[in-house]
Amino acid sequence: MTAAPVETRAYPDLVVPRPRIPRPRRRGMSVALRTLGPLALLGGWWLASATGVLSPDVLASPATVADAARELWADGQLTDALRVSLTRAVLGLACGLAAGLLLGVVTGFSRLGEELLDSPLQLLRALPFLSLVPLFMVWFGIGESARVVLIAVATTFPMYVSTAGGVRNVDRRLLEAMRTFGLGGWRLVREVVLPGALPSLLAGFRLSMTLSVIALIAAEEINSTSGIGYLMTQAQSFSRTDILSVCVLVYGLLGLAADLLARGAERVLMPWRAKGAAR
Amino acid sequence: MSTAVHLRGLRRVFGSRAVLDGVDLDIERGEFVALLGASGTGKTTLLRILGALDRPDGGTVLVPEARTIVFQEPRLVPSKRVLGNVVVGLPRGAAVQEQGRRALAEVGLADHARAWPHTLSGGEAQRVALARALVREPELLLLDEPFAALDALTRLRMQDLVGDLVRTRRPAVLLVTHDVDEAIRLADRVAVLKDGRLVTDERVEARRPRDAADPEFTALRRRLLGDLGVRLPAAGPDENEKAGRPSEGAIR
Ligand SMILES: Nc1ncnc2c1ncn2[C@@H]1O[C@H](COP(=O)(O)OP(=O)(O)O)[C@@H](O)[C@H]1O
Ligand SMILES: [Mg+2]
Repeated sequence: MTAAPVETRAYPDLVVPRPRIPRPRRRGMSVALRTLGPLALLGGWWLASATGVLSPDVLASPATVADAARELWADGQLTDALRVSLTRAVLGLACGLAAGLLLGVVTGFSRLGEELLDSPLQLLRALPFLSLVPLFMVWFGIGESARVVLIAVATTFPMYVSTAGGVRNVDRRLLEAMRTFGLGGWRLVREVVLPGALPSLLAGFRLSMTLSVIALIAAEEINSTSGIGYLMTQAQSFSRTDILSVCVLVYGLLGLAADLLARGAERVLMPWRAKGAAR
Repeated sequence: MSTAVHLRGLRRVFGSRAVLDGVDLDIERGEFVALLGASGTGKTTLLRILGALDRPDGGTVLVPEARTIVFQEPRLVPSKRVLGNVVVGLPRGAAVQEQGRRALAEVGLADHARAWPHTLSGGEAQRVALARALVREPELLLLDEPFAALDALTRLRMQDLVGDLVRTRRPAVLLVTHDVDEAIRLADRVAVLKDGRLVTDERVEARRPRDAADPEFTALRRRLLGDLGVRLPAAGPDENEKAGRPSEGAIR
């Protein structure tokens, strides 16, 4: 829209209103902009290796790392490790998310629940979960369960804090109105409270997902004989920085994939927020 | 008098539907225009374009620099006290606070300066929103059905208040409403939006203070309702009595 210059001149003290709303961007453009950051990182790495700023003892060049990845992939080590690690992470994360969600809804929705549960949970939350590793080894032995429980415990708290906050912030007046329409208990939670708290739930989901990878690393240091952590320990003893880099890269990609998943979930689960109109 | 709003061939399309399809409108400075239209005809859309909250898809839009909006809901910041809401976005300072207090006094809420928004009644909250708009001394005041959510009594009081405030401050006003009586009571000119254009745009000749029993009032009311697609029974002896009730002509 352009104002005809003639008309603008006829009304010298009037202006064309300029809305400060972003023009809708095409999907492809948005994706391109999003991939720009990771690509820039990769380019920087490549440049630093090629110019010798980054010596191969510190961090192998992208090309060597790609070779190592191909080698690991070909002999099945990487896929095995990935499968084992992902199983652990997903199992632990699922338990942690479920626990965090349940506790969060209880404390966010019921006053009694908050009074009873919140302070013990805050206390537990303050414990660094890494300090629990030796304790868990004593309790659960050095098997799979210790690892899964560690991941579950670590991921419970971010989910709990976000859920409780989100549930508490659901519009009281809306809840009051829905109660007068006979909605109550579990149905109220499912149909109104949870959708209302969904942005916070997804934020908690993301935080927990990141933490699950961190917990995975810690968990796989417990005397493990498989998984990405095991691969790393081995590479470390042979000073294979290329394999180490592959493992670090895998962790990074896992985090990125998790984030994309959360983004996708946001779009699918919250269609009413999609277009961002503020009317 | 010079012009405050100049619209030519304004278009706004949502999906495949042209909600505004060639709107022409001029508003003089100090003039009070009421825009009528059934719900969903694009009144809010037009107002949002004038307020730079939405983008037109075509046509010429010219407005003054200083303009403010009163929305249908008060839209007060819950974490700011009433006075803080009135002067929100203005430079800090004692002078501005004083200005804010004066605006609150003008809308009759001097005692509520330190109240929290959630403690106000609907009418009070809407008056705060009005004070927030007036304290900026706009050249163009955009009102989007500001009284629609109020009870009939409060609405009448608010209408008088707005009428008085506008007469003393003389901004150009565009009042969007679906209440025919409200439009006739307040406006210098009424326009009807229908199928994307203004089908009526006429001066209100009835003398102020306007009385719903005035024959000129009833005749205009009847014509406007006709433009809006409401057919009244032929004028009978009880017509004046009916018109005496202020919000009788509201399209709901
Ligand atoms: N952001 C939007 N996206 C799609 N359609 C919209 C949007 N905003 C308004 N509309 C449509 O435009 C029409 C006019 O809306 P509006 O200007 O709010 O009407 P009203 O005259 O009641 O204020 C409505 O049918 C509405 O559905
Ligand atoms: Mg509207």
